[in-house]
Amino acid sequence: MKTIMMPSFGADMAKGEVAQWLVKVGDRVKKGQIIASIETMKGLIDMEVFDDGVIEELLATEGTELEVGQPIAELRLVEEAMAEPEPEQQLEPVMIGQGEAEPEPVLPEQKQKLLSDFPIESDTQLANTLESNRKQAAAELKISPAARSKAQKLGLDWGQLRQGHGPEGAIVLADIENLADDIAKQAMPSISAQEKLSPELSMRQAIARVVSLSKREIPHYYLQLDIVLDKAQSWLTEHNQSLPSDKRILLNALIYTAIARALLKFPDFNGVYQDGRFEAAKSVHLGNVINLHKGGLVVAAIHNAQQIAAAEMMEKLKDQVIRARDGGLRMSELQSATVTVSNLGERGCDSIQSIIFPPQVAIIGIGRQRSVPWIVNEKLTVASITSLTLAADHRVSDGHSGARLLNKINSLIQKPESLV
Amino acid sequence: MKIAKAGRVAMSIEDSKYHTDKPHMDKSHLHYLLKQMLRIRHFEEKCAQLYTEQKIRGFLHLYIGEEAVAVGVMQTLSPQDAVLATYREHGHALARGLDMNKVMAEMFGKVSGSSRGRGGSMHIFDSERRFYGGNAIVAGALPLAVGLALADKMQGKKSVTVCFFGEGAVAEGEFHESLNLAKLWQLPVLFVCENNGYAMGTALAISESEQHVYLKAQSYGLQAQTVDGMNVVDVEAAAKQYCDAIRRGAGPHLLECKTYRFRGHSMFDTQLYRSAEEVKQWQDKGPIVKLQTWLQANKLLSSQQLQQIESEIEEEIEGAVEFAEQAEFEAESDLCWALYTEKEV
Amino acid sequence: MSADTANSNKPAKRQENPSLTYREAMRLAMEEAMLADERVFLIGEDVGNYGGCYAVSKGLSTEFGAQRIIDAPLSESGFVGAGVGAAIGGMRPIVEVMTVNFSLLALDQIVNNAATLRHMSGGQFSIPLVIRMATGAGKQLAAQHSHSLENWYAHVPGIKVLAPATVADARYMLAMALADPDPVILFEHVMLYNNSEALPQPEDCPEMHQAALREEGTDISLITYGGSLGKTLQAASILAKQGISAEVIDLRCLRPLDTATIFSSVEKTKRVLVVDEGWRTGSLAGEICALIAEHCFWSLDAPPQRLCSIEVPIPYPQHLEQAVVPKVEQIVAMATESVVKLDTAQ
Repeated sequence: MKTIMMPSFGADMAKGEVAQWLVKVGDRVKKGQIIASIETMKGLIDMEVFDDGVIEELLATEGTELEVGQPIAELRLVEEAMAEPEPEQQLEPVMIGQGEAEPEPVLPEQKQKLLSDFPIESDTQLANTLESNRKQAAAELKISPAARSKAQKLGLDWGQLRQGHGPEGAIVLADIENLADDIAKQAMPSISAQEKLSPELSMRQAIARVVSLSKREIPHYYLQLDIVLDKAQSWLTEHNQSLPSDKRILLNALIYTAIARALLKFPDFNGVYQDGRFEAAKSVHLGNVINLHKGGLVVAAIHNAQQIAAAEMMEKLKDQVIRARDGGLRMSELQSATVTVSNLGERGCDSIQSIIFPPQVAIIGIGRQRSVPWIVNEKLTVASITSLTLAADHRVSDGHSGARLLNKINSLIQKPESLV
Repeated sequence: MKIAKAGRVAMSIEDSKYHTDKPHMDKSHLHYLLKQMLRIRHFEEKCAQLYTEQKIRGFLHLYIGEEAVAVGVMQTLSPQDAVLATYREHGHALARGLDMNKVMAEMFGKVSGSSRGRGGSMHIFDSERRFYGGNAIVAGALPLAVGLALADKMQGKKSVTVCFFGEGAVAEGEFHESLNLAKLWQLPVLFVCENNGYAMGTALAISESEQHVYLKAQSYGLQAQTVDGMNVVDVEAAAKQYCDAIRRGAGPHLLECKTYRFRGHSMFDTQLYRSAEEVKQWQDKGPIVKLQTWLQANKLLSSQQLQQIESEIEEEIEGAVEFAEQAEFEAESDLCWALYTEKEV
Repeated sequence: MSADTANSNKPAKRQENPSLTYREAMRLAMEEAMLADERVFLIGEDVGNYGGCYAVSKGLSTEFGAQRIIDAPLSESGFVGAGVGAAIGGMRPIVEVMTVNFSLLALDQIVNNAATLRHMSGGQFSIPLVIRMATGAGKQLAAQHSHSLENWYAHVPGIKVLAPATVADARYMLAMALADPDPVILFEHVMLYNNSEALPQPEDCPEMHQAALREEGTDISLITYGGSLGKTLQAASILAKQGISAEVIDLRCLRPLDTATIFSSVEKTKRVLVVDEGWRTGSLAGEICALIAEHCFWSLDAPPQRLCSIEVPIPYPQHLEQAVVPKVEQIVAMATESVVKLDTAQ
């Protein structure tokens, strides 16, 4: 069983109100599913669940205001749901004899149904095990109130510390401050997290920390390829002609789709470099740099971008920009990018030599679309191009494979019909 | 007890010489004394009733039977004099001139009470009348009396501080310390021991090796005597004699008034420690019945006059109860007010 | 005290008394009070001809006479109660009780009368009384003359409790106590009487109810009062050499406590050690730790700690007496344990 707490969506969020439950007791939920709408001082925020399971109990009624960290619901984790052969009412309503309240034993088919309802990925199981180990460790760990409240303010999970430097290994304030530094150093996604969670670390400071770390530690190399867009553009014009304006695809979406698909073939550019070694990601969580009106930027991940067609990519990009500017991004979007795309084309720049957001190992830049003299078959023509740039971590990859990546992207863009 | 036996003041109501000797002991003054005692008596009877009705709570120690002591002593005091009493002090407060309304409101715990209702029955105070309580620690007021008298003396004031206490206080160290200090420093204190024979349920005979309180006082060098505490005229005369002496600078004096309480120590007292006959004997020679009978026998009090006195008192008490009923309780928000002094004194 | 009065009459005196002992400062304060206000008088056991058990009032009876320096018989309840009465009656008595242990004989008058009369009477009386008494261990006076019972009095609403720990406070807190309209008890630790310091300006002395930051620091708050202040300051300087920056708070006023100063210090340092010569159980240190736990919980980076006297009657032999009360090295050890510095730990 897992107790779901009132989530903290920001450092300055002390409490939230359960505005609406989107699930009821007995509902099966999947990781990432939105289970409630939480009213905060900043407005409604979707609350997602981070485990597969069955909603066992809703501890807070709609309209209840709870402090961050207060129990809000009980979730029966998927393994438990299988391990405990209790009949689930939502599965098969079982008639129970008049005087007898004995629960029916679960039939093998029901078990099977449960299993089939919850496709289990091995990494989910692993994650759950790690989570429960971590929780147990956390329960035994001592932490000072100052450290605890600092961690809460920063939105840091102090359970990841094995022990602190206080008496009896207690975690003290200095441990949390160190942890905060480490995390700030780690990744751009955590810039976003910092921005949301910590009033003490301004976004600018956080960015400063991350880019300094990146430039200090990551041996960057840079490649550029100009890509002709005429074919893609004309294909898009035709494609969009029959569509209502809100369904039309912009060139950017096409390029993002191409990038995501290309990256799947070049794992050396998609993953994280931590503790002296690189770990490739299984999926492409494409981080999209979104400039905020108020200044600063956030990186929002488009999960499993390699599976997404251009039309859907278009929807996601639009949705994310709107939510980012309303402060409505989810934690999972803010923390899980495996590679980043930075598009400065709209700002009128020809190309961008980006800085990698650690612990990622690559960032791809898109410059503005522009018309240039272009030689085709020894003849001068006019072409519409964009400059695609790659900044990559030389510890992980070489220019050779970087060049191949850019060319792969180009070849995909030249076949726009394959991207929808 | 015969006053003559105490050997100091040869006065009694029976002694016809006595009110001719004392010019102020005229008919109207005797009526006044009777009325003061009746006020206390009826006020307390009403309190007993209100206690059973739960209007008055906490401890309620009634002075019934002992009225002559407070009434008699108070006649000799001026407004500049100071008075300290015990937790059985309703009579002293009324005799000292406190407004009955405020005393009753205090019993009710109302903010209009003499101590804003904070003290209740045992802690009636009135700074204007230099009435310093209302002390629920046996003998606790004696050192205070010494200090008040010391302050008066140091400031060159001619005031007398009168301190009432029961014979139970005599067993406390503070009694001895205070008498010693008062005499040592020749302070203007009149110690008035209201010897009603019982410290709660403990008879004097089983608590003191020397049962004559005035002898203990004499051993510290104080002028001291016993007086019939059931005889208001004797008490007044003795108190006047002593107060006059104190004002002349003769130092502290002690007056031991032999008296008796007709009711229990407090409202919740089965009185196993004394017999009904004993109580009856004392009641027969009670201070009110004694004066009233004497006045009537000497044709100094008509039944019409008595009725007039009684009805005035009844009206006053009814008014006091009405006042207390109507009064408000102190706001809880004022709970901590006056714990410390808000302004310079 | 205004700067004007300080400037007009202090410099001359200061030149005469460049340095004073705690005892002299207290005597000077009483002398000044008696010269300034004829309502002030001193009463207590052997305060006159003998000159005071700790010689604080030495010479005053010659100056002011037996009428104002009153030798009281051994009647603590009697003369403390007389002080209460005299205060109500318009005087400004200073009552000296020889030691805190003897004051127990006067508890009735202090707790049942001095502390209650104003509130219980609905605000009709003020009791401008000052009670001075010696407290604390260190003179090998054994188990009936050496205890620190300040907290017994600090427990009681209606009275105020001061613990001047410096010569400056001995000099000026008595005047503040006399200026206060309510009963004030001053505790003079016996080990302080011979301490000597240059006489400060009165305006350098904080208000009566204020705690004083005797040392500023960032790593731990050492909170103390009275006879433990000196040891705590010594500990702070040792800690400084070890790289630990200790803030030392001298409470000065034990009731009411200056919680604002305590809390802001602990919010800053996030760690606290209270050094209190009283016994631990039910101690003032316990009260302070409880207040900190209530009000500064989320700022704490280490459990609040107390260093109190060992819970035995204070024994006569010096080594045992010293074993009972808080020691400098204990303060250092406990503070060091509280303070974790990663830059030193790593």
